[in-house]
Amino acid sequence: MTTIFKVLFALGLAAAALPARAALNVFACEPEWGALAKEIAGDRVSVYPATTALQDPHRIEARPSLIARIRSADLVVCTGSQLEVGWLPLLFTQSGNAKIQPGSPGFLEASQLVARIEIPTVIDRSMGDIHPGGNPHIHLDPRNIAKVAEALGARLAQVDPANAPAYKAGTAAFMERWQLAIARWEKAAARLRGVPLVVYHKDMSYLIQWLGMREAGSLEPKPGIPATPAHLADLVERMKRDPAKVIVYSAYNSPKAAEFLAERTAIPATMLPYTVGGSDKAKDLYGLFDDTINRLLAAVK
Amino acid sequence: MYKHRLLAFAVAVFALPHAALAATDDDLKELREQVRQLRESYEKRIEALEKRLQQAEQAAGKAEAVATQAQGTATQAAVQGGSRPAGEGAFNPGISLILNGTYGNLSRDPARYRIGGFTPTGGEVAPPGRGLSLGESELAISANVDQYFRGTLMAALGADDRIGVEEAYLQTLALSNGFTLKGGRFFSGVGYQNEIHAHAWDFTDASLAAKAFLGNQLADDGLQVKWVAPTDLYLALGAEAGRGRKFPGGPDGGRSKNGFGSGVLFAHLGGDLGASTAWRVGLSHLQTSPQDRTYTDLDSAGASVTNSYTGTSRLWVLDGVLKWAPNGNSTETSFKLQGEYFRRNEGGSLTYDTTAASLGRRTGAYSSQQSGYYVQGVYQFMPQWRAGYRYDRLGAGTTSIGLVNSGALSAADFPILNAYTPTRNTFMVDWSPSEFSRLRLQFARDRSQPGAADNQVFLQYIMSLGAHGAHKF
Repeated sequence: MTTIFKVLFALGLAAAALPARAALNVFACEPEWGALAKEIAGDRVSVYPATTALQDPHRIEARPSLIARIRSADLVVCTGSQLEVGWLPLLFTQSGNAKIQPGSPGFLEASQLVARIEIPTVIDRSMGDIHPGGNPHIHLDPRNIAKVAEALGARLAQVDPANAPAYKAGTAAFMERWQLAIARWEKAAARLRGVPLVVYHKDMSYLIQWLGMREAGSLEPKPGIPATPAHLADLVERMKRDPAKVIVYSAYNSPKAAEFLAERTAIPATMLPYTVGGSDKAKDLYGLFDDTINRLLAAVK
Repeated sequence: MYKHRLLAFAVAVFALPHAALAATDDDLKELREQVRQLRESYEKRIEALEKRLQQAEQAAGKAEAVATQAQGTATQAAVQGGSRPAGEGAFNPGISLILNGTYGNLSRDPARYRIGGFTPTGGEVAPPGRGLSLGESELAISANVDQYFRGTLMAALGADDRIGVEEAYLQTLALSNGFTLKGGRFFSGVGYQNEIHAHAWDFTDASLAAKAFLGNQLADDGLQVKWVAPTDLYLALGAEAGRGRKFPGGPDGGRSKNGFGSGVLFAHLGGDLGASTAWRVGLSHLQTSPQDRTYTDLDSAGASVTNSYTGTSRLWVLDGVLKWAPNGNSTETSFKLQGEYFRRNEGGSLTYDTTAASLGRRTGAYSSQQSGYYVQGVYQFMPQWRAGYRYDRLGAGTTSIGLVNSGALSAADFPILNAYTPTRNTFMVDWSPSEFSRLRLQFARDRSQPGAADNQVFLQYIMSLGAHGAHKF
């Protein structure tokens, strides 16, 4: 037995010695924060996105690979507001990494930096999987990304003071480009103002608020509860009275419910990338918003 | 407001032809004067209306500003304090409660449940009872103690009105380099399923191997140190030192001795295969030195006797779990394959009839090599619905009883230790309307003991209330 442990220990040490990691390790709970860290810090950070755009960030398990990565992380960037409540707390306790525990400089909770909407006044599980801290899907309002970028730049400088000037410059350069991009998107999306749409989950609320669109219904009867035939039938009826212009769902959602409603109402259904990597064009944060707006514009033509 | 102006203009225009018809200068003058007055009066009214509108707009603007300000304050409050209540309650720990109950239909009496060929372990190894019965309700309370420690209590409220401490431990937060230290009572890291709470199991009951080798689920009082290697591939090594208060340790409650009564070593290796598959394998070893570990049996005379074992107990467990979901997204479909292989060697002495209830107390040598395994697969075939199958098999292996070998007693005096190969086939289907509730139907054909197979049907509910728990992989 002891020999086995010796061998395992030796293997561990050998594996530890292999990757020469000069860069700061950033563990991003969601792809958007990984992409943002890359925008600001470039090659100074090595980013590990814990989830992909094809995964539902609510439904992730504390997999061994995630524990292995968070153990060596210098900075953990997550959305927070209980989006990751089913897995992140376990990663913290299993990590053996004091640097990234909540309350440490090594943990940045993005949703705490912005004004959250849809904060429930009544908190009860009969209302579905609601988040007491408000809607956590904050990143689809690019102005929120800007707020997080400022904080992330400052946090990078704090945990890696040697490269602080570079992070500061990186943040400034990003902010300049980002503000121009926001102006461009707002101009391009002017036609979307007031457009009613049906969402799958409440993960588009910040986008809707930013662009002045209107949510006319959601495919989920309650947050986190899959669409039921009765609810869909009800939506079909509602669409007759208050027709939406487009039905949207995220890259990680099954298109079935959206297609069902689209067939019965002749309202087009469109997949939105939701986050970086959700579509071919959403390669980075700029691509995410370009593609999201283009898809919406194409659908409501 | 433009409407009024148009109206005035229209009145004026319509008035003109009439004036032309009248054709006198005085009339015309009078008419002009009337029109002028009319216009003036309209203009005055329009002006007044415009003024009122402006005032209203200003007021609305002010209200909007106030609203924006309020929103700003609310936002700030939200940003600063989340939505947590202020005051003493803000530091209340996370509390969650699990409610669990079953309806059981069994062809054999669960009160007489024993696993053939294996030393009875005590503990909750019997299947859930016949008819409607409440299972264990679990009350979990946990919070960070300070920046160094996290504390957790898991109390089991038994259907027999007794409260048990399932787990109560502290865990370090501030150690680095991959180290965590746990202390108190906790589910041992031996094997895979032992660390997982019963409400998160994929079947209503534990595997036969867990029942035979760990007394259903092993929670010892002790210390655990765990180290996660700084590698991209997950490698964790752990060691536990415990009291040995439960089977395979003994006596029940642990020996009155300084030092440790049991030790566990484990190594876990895990990672991802692409985006869709995650896996973990583990190897663990549990060693204890039970002293006067007792069990009851019926001897050849039909008398209920108490026998006791003193010696060493060494258990090896090889475990593996693989989880698959398309692109790692388990919303629609997913599959989980899990299995554990147990092997135990015991050597020491076995005392027959310690209470002299039958033929009188006798002691002889004892040794056994036994093994067992289970494999189970659970497939989520659509959102909310899963189906699973489990196969259990134990091998009683070789058991050598000195008192039998010497002819002092016969094998019939130790009927429970007679060689037997317990097997069980289990099917289940469960429905989870939400993340917090689950209803399960389970069928099992249980051949844990010689004789007719026990056909078991269980209908179970598991409900979780309160704080959102995070489940282990």
